[in-house]
Amino acid sequence: MAEPRIIIVGAGPSGTRAAQACVAAGLRPIVIDEARRDGGQIYRRQPDNFTRPYAKLYGTEAGRAQVLHETFDGLKGAIDYRPETLVWNIAGGHVWTASGTVQKAMPFDALLLCTGATDRLMPVKGWQFAGAYSLGGAQVALKSQAVSIGHKVVLMGSGPLLYLVASQYVEAGADVAAVLDTSPFSARVKALPDLLAMPSVLWNGVALTRALKRAGVAVHLGVTPVEIMGDAESGVSGIRFRTGSGKEETVRCDAVAIGHHLRPETQLADLARCAFTFDAGTRQWLPERDGDGRSSVAGVYLAGDGAKILGARSAEASGRLAALAALADLGLPVDKGEMTSLRGDVANYAKFARGLARAFPWPSAQAAVLPDDAILCRCEGVTAGDLRGVMRETGAQEANRAKAFSRVGMGRCQGRYCGLAAAELIAAESGVPIEQVGRLRGQAPVKPLPIAIGDET
Amino acid sequence: MSGAMSAASDVIIVGGGLMGSSAALFLRGHGISVTLLEADLIGRQASGTNFGNVRRQGRGIHQLPLANRAIAIWRRSRELLGADVEYLQSGHIRVCYRERPELVGSMEEYAAQARAEGLDLELLSGNALRDKFPFFGPDVLAGSYSPTDGHANPRLAAPAFARAAERLGAMIHENTKIVDAQKVGEDFIVTAADGRTFRAPTLLITAGAWGNALSSQFGEPVPIVPRGPNMSVTEPVPYAILPAVGVMTPIEEETVYFRQVARGNIVLGGSTRGPSFPDQYRAYVEPQNTLSQLKQIRRLAPSLGKLNIIRVWSGIEGYMPDSQPVMGPSATTSGLYYAFGFSGSGFQIGPGVGETMAEIIAKGGTDIPMGPYQIERFAAG
Ligand SMILES: Cc1cc2nc3c(=O)[nH]c(=O)nc-3n(C[C@H](O)[C@H](O)[C@H](O)COP(=O)(O)OP(=O)(O)OC[C@H]3O[C@@H](n4cnc5c(N)ncnc54)[C@H](O)[C@@H]3O)c2cc1C
Ligand SMILES: Cc1cc2nc3c(=O)[nH]c(=O)nc-3n(C[C@H](O)[C@H](O)[C@H](O)COP(=O)(O)OP(=O)(O)OC[C@H]3O[C@@H](n4cnc5c(N)ncnc54)[C@H](O)[C@@H]3O)c2cc1C
Repeated sequence: MAEPRIIIVGAGPSGTRAAQACVAAGLRPIVIDEARRDGGQIYRRQPDNFTRPYAKLYGTEAGRAQVLHETFDGLKGAIDYRPETLVWNIAGGHVWTASGTVQKAMPFDALLLCTGATDRLMPVKGWQFAGAYSLGGAQVALKSQAVSIGHKVVLMGSGPLLYLVASQYVEAGADVAAVLDTSPFSARVKALPDLLAMPSVLWNGVALTRALKRAGVAVHLGVTPVEIMGDAESGVSGIRFRTGSGKEETVRCDAVAIGHHLRPETQLADLARCAFTFDAGTRQWLPERDGDGRSSVAGVYLAGDGAKILGARSAEASGRLAALAALADLGLPVDKGEMTSLRGDVANYAKFARGLARAFPWPSAQAAVLPDDAILCRCEGVTAGDLRGVMRETGAQEANRAKAFSRVGMGRCQGRYCGLAAAELIAAESGVPIEQVGRLRGQAPVKPLPIAIGDET
Repeated sequence: MSGAMSAASDVIIVGGGLMGSSAALFLRGHGISVTLLEADLIGRQASGTNFGNVRRQGRGIHQLPLANRAIAIWRRSRELLGADVEYLQSGHIRVCYRERPELVGSMEEYAAQARAEGLDLELLSGNALRDKFPFFGPDVLAGSYSPTDGHANPRLAAPAFARAAERLGAMIHENTKIVDAQKVGEDFIVTAADGRTFRAPTLLITAGAWGNALSSQFGEPVPIVPRGPNMSVTEPVPYAILPAVGVMTPIEEETVYFRQVARGNIVLGGSTRGPSFPDQYRAYVEPQNTLSQLKQIRRLAPSLGKLNIIRVWSGIEGYMPDSQPVMGPSATTSGLYYAFGFSGSGFQIGPGVGETMAEIIAKGGTDIPMGPYQIERFAAG
């Protein structure tokens, strides 16, 4: 039999560990990533001409980042690595890629989707103004370009990234006007038993909050965002919010980054026709998989944050585990003992991730009260009131139906940034449970595809 | 649910696409009680996924009376429906390529015949076209411009017809898939997958690509083939292209078309059609068909090559071997009518089909020529 063709999408921690396992088994996997360099999100590598040290770029995770990068560098001769290559579709046993305007279809026997996550956003009135970013975007600006998103910055939302980005901005010398956390302190206390599954990571988080305090950054817990102030010409000018005790306050700033933890990039799994189920804990639809990462489609495996948000360490373990499962399914010898121990690791990370989801809950109720004049879908410029009006007129109560009538989620981000909030709004407005609202179906291309695309000439 | 009471009305319509929804509205206009049964949700299949061309030019000459009837309804759709279905009478251009000069003659001949049916077309050379519409590429040899054609939003149209019908008293049941239809005595009894039954003396089948499953129950199978045309849409760019544009060619791969919506996105369609899966109510776009479509679009309008597409989709359409729909009364069963199998071009004529079928049912006939659409043409022997 010819050597099995393994394709790994994503060169972050999970894709890197998956590739390493395949190479160790004597195979030469294809590793595809749309980014210019390997590393994925958390361990995103700086451009070639930048030389900031690991400790400065990755803080407490510097050691892990360095090991992972060295692992990837060591694999380079043994893998078929294709950076700056977007997988835009999966069909007929092939992944369909675009590198600039050059297209290629590649067949696979096993496909590992290690596609990572993007910010989960809850719209706030005014979030379309220039100067409003996602927390991830704010971090990318700092990590890859060493620039701040503004002179005076507010970070708002919830989740570990809120504190991480805040402390990275403080460390880089930026003026952080406030950290506004929508989750209450009580949620953290309730989540503590699960968070203790990973004491060192928990401790890192506590240390971050202390560092922010020491730096004199105002941190408010249990807030309700009211509005990002500003206008279309000059952009963001401040934030209005209610404190936990209900008092309305204003902070002046020229940039804000928002985010509520993360959401997995599941579009490719959807295009590969993997089955999805509703996850009540995170109020998200996730692709089904068994304990090793097998999806509902034979030959398609899911790992890392692209399958479920379990964090970078879990991504390394689940990437390796999914690769071993794929190798075993292809009839290659694998270490069963190692698979058992990886399953244990992933379960422990899952416990911690459950704690994070409890400590930093998605403020679903905010979607219900989003004012009618607030933009809900930025790509298509649809307001919350537009969607409510369409629902009243047409009776639409299902996500794709509401999209068809209102254009919510129909733009270039394909609902990545508004889809979850829109589903909450639909559920609240129509009184149907969120899982019945369903999920926006994934449609190719997963990112914009040039009309100029064609075969290599 | 056996023994469930059957709901009765004058007419049952099976299939809530544009044909069924508009027929329901016009039947109510005749004061006839209607029950519209839809397996999925109203207007989510071909009628909700199509390209949105509201084009008369290029249709068989015999279809123009029906198309003219439809255009009159599109023009008053806002008042008729109480909703904006984004109908724009912004023109349509059909072009041919240099390597097929013989098609210029066909265009001239068509224009002469169309004029007799009330459709005025202006023939333009490639250069004249490029002066007026600079996006055309050098391969374009000539074109036929129809200023009174245009386009509309398919996602909105059929549901708007259905809501208007409902306001006038039509009963609409979504998620109601009819699995059995029979004539018992004077009445048709149709049964849904969950056992509910509906009863009426008249039955209209507007089940699109699924029509054969129902016509076969009355001994009238037809050779319908379900396929999925491919669509793409670009990110929004400043609104500059008013007419819808399409290529005249005998080669399926070359048949591409595009239109720009007022919001700015350019909708692209055509080239090789894919397979579709009527049982799952889904059609998937095959990536190679997207690529061939983009290649053909670059040939037609090279400047579009600077844009990106942000989404692709397909829909399930039923094609007849002669590209003509099955429309009119059954040949085996009195009180039974069909309007399905619109072969890739039912959107424009849809409201005209609804009005005509309602007229036939209410008045026993119509002036619209129906000969080419008779189901008998597929009868065995
Ligand atoms: C913006 C952002 C910042 C984050 N920062 C931190 C942090 O500082 N600390 C922390 O603990 N966690 C952070 N996280 C969480 C972190 O992403 C994950 O825990 C970890 O990176 C998951 O690893 P992964 O291998 O699953 O995915 P990733 O590391 O995200 O890697 C996925 C890779 O897949 C590629 N990819 C995705 N789709 C395609 C496609 N269609 N075609 C080609 N390539 C594709 C991406 O380019 C990416 O390189 C962050 C997440 C985000 C979204
Ligand atoms: C991608 C695409 C592009 C197109 N572009 C154009 C264009 O630009 N211009 C143009 O004029 N035409 C176009 N067409 C063709 C046009 O869309 C169709 O001809 C037209 O919409 C057909 O309408 P319909 O009501 O017959 O079918 P449909 O809209 O498919 O409606 C049939 C309905 O019947 C229902 N049904 C089926 N079986 C049952 C059952 N047993 N019980 C209950 N309900 C049932 C289905 O669920 C469906 O909703 C295109 C078609 C497609 C798919």
